[in-house]
Amino acid sequence: MLRLVLNRLLLGLVTVALASAIIFGAVEALPGDACVAVLQRDAVGQRLANCRHDLGLDRPALTRYLGWAAGAVQGDLGVSAGSGRPIAALLGERLRNTLLLAGLTLAVGVPLALLLGVLGGLRRDGALDIVLSTGGILAMTIPEFVSATVLIFVFSIWLGWVPGIVVAAPGAPLADFFPGIVLPVAVLTMVMTAHILRTIRSSVIEVMASDFVRMAVLKGVPYARIVWRHALPSALLPAINVIALTIAWLLGGVVVVEKVFNYPGLGRFMIDSITERDLPVVQALALLVASVYVGVNLAADLLTLLLDPRLRTHRAGG
Amino acid sequence: MGVLRRMLARPSGAIGFAFVLLHLAAAVLSPWLVPYEATAIDAALMFAPPDAAHWLGTDQLGRDILTRTMLGGREALLVTLIATPLAVGWGALVGIHLGLAGGRLDDVLMRVVDAVLALPWILKMLVIIVTFGAGVTVLVPTLAFFYGVPVIRVARAATLGVVARDFISAARARGHRPGAIVRRELLPNVLDALMVEGAMRWSWMLLAFSSLSFLGFGVAPPTPDWGLMIADSRSFMAIAPWAAMAPVLALSTLIIGINFVADALAKAVGLDRALNAPH
Repeated sequence: MLRLVLNRLLLGLVTVALASAIIFGAVEALPGDACVAVLQRDAVGQRLANCRHDLGLDRPALTRYLGWAAGAVQGDLGVSAGSGRPIAALLGERLRNTLLLAGLTLAVGVPLALLLGVLGGLRRDGALDIVLSTGGILAMTIPEFVSATVLIFVFSIWLGWVPGIVVAAPGAPLADFFPGIVLPVAVLTMVMTAHILRTIRSSVIEVMASDFVRMAVLKGVPYARIVWRHALPSALLPAINVIALTIAWLLGGVVVVEKVFNYPGLGRFMIDSITERDLPVVQALALLVASVYVGVNLAADLLTLLLDPRLRTHRAGG
Repeated sequence: MGVLRRMLARPSGAIGFAFVLLHLAAAVLSPWLVPYEATAIDAALMFAPPDAAHWLGTDQLGRDILTRTMLGGREALLVTLIATPLAVGWGALVGIHLGLAGGRLDDVLMRVVDAVLALPWILKMLVIIVTFGAGVTVLVPTLAFFYGVPVIRVARAATLGVVARDFISAARARGHRPGAIVRRELLPNVLDALMVEGAMRWSWMLLAFSSLSFLGFGVAPPTPDWGLMIADSRSFMAIAPWAAMAPVLALSTLIIGINFVADALAKAVGLDRALNAPH
């Protein structure tokens, strides 16, 4: 078990390192750099050379990448080419805002998805299940900016219940994000709930039809006990991986939703840094998001292994 | 065509097909059907509500919304209909090859696939678009490349699942050459998974395309495009809600249609939809 964990951890690190090298290489291979983007029409002759020297862009690419990587490992992400501020501070503000958005979405969406998924799965093809399945496809597939537009129209413009936009600077106190955060959370919750619900529904159906549940039924175990003690522990396992994917999705920059609601999170930071060719910031963002992606997926796999009742019996028996 | 009949037998499959066919027909025929010029500005008719002359009203520049909505999916459909087969094609080739070959190459390339998937889609797409622009000639290869990467995983997994089965060993034992085994035994079995994957890739690509347009990195104004129309009309939603609702309905029905088709296809070939969230 320990060897497996170490092995997976190492592979995860390799993946993160590769991802950061890929994004560095891609930005490097394309024409133009931060100096061209910042100076625009003045990007000629001595001024361009000075700027490149100041930002260290005149050094060879490999040297710069290794220098950056060495700094990043020690927690030093460098300074933004655009604003000159330390990236760690800029990133920290946005990360905090994104965590707030993601945290609220998960707090609402996960319990909701678990409840609805189990109910739908237990009453397969019942009225609730059909409504949930159809609604799930709609919520999953309709683009976020479309559902956001509709929600803003109904709840903000028509009914006037909540504001349709967040008016808060990246570093504003968290209280400033309310009540504007309600609609973005609603949009993200719809998408997320649909994904998790779908997985749980099909795994509940599968487990309820499995041999060990049928065995329990034949033994005369009460229905509630079958559901709670026998079926659900196995049925909820596949949800762990989907929840991990949605966490990665929520933290990986829900760009469109942030843009629609003017929310100062990682997604908008990503767009701004790329359009400004602010390579150090792009690098830091890529590193952060790739680490989160690899990290939550790894955690989900290990958690599944740890919680799988089949593995538990196996260990107890042998 | 047993698969097609089984797909149409489900109400959602039939509805999905109807939506998709309707949109394809509209995309092809609309240049001859639209009542007005898509870019014709009429300053006297800003935000005209729906009436007999303009069935869906006009937008902030007095342009006819019915016309622009009918034409607004053409670029998205063109780009994604070319990019989807390319993505599934190259992803499948690499994935099947890796599944069969295994070894060092498989280990290394799968790490690269993981690394590319770990990066957020907007970061990957924008790095290219900011440099080369968002023309059809840039978007097709970019979408085809990035949306082909996850196909590698699917094709590889499907291949590994089939290779272990008895009929492949039987074909080997009969002395068939590897090329013949791939063509006659492997491909037909992997094809189901690839078709479902293709339908899903198509809807995700459309989502990415219209999201890019919405964010201002896709189709350039004044070309009519749903993503762009929704972005433009959002600021005027309090006074002219019809300007946003027409492209919202058009884009939703197309994407829902494709997903219903993908769902029906998956059930018809006995694969339930992969549970992965889009990247």
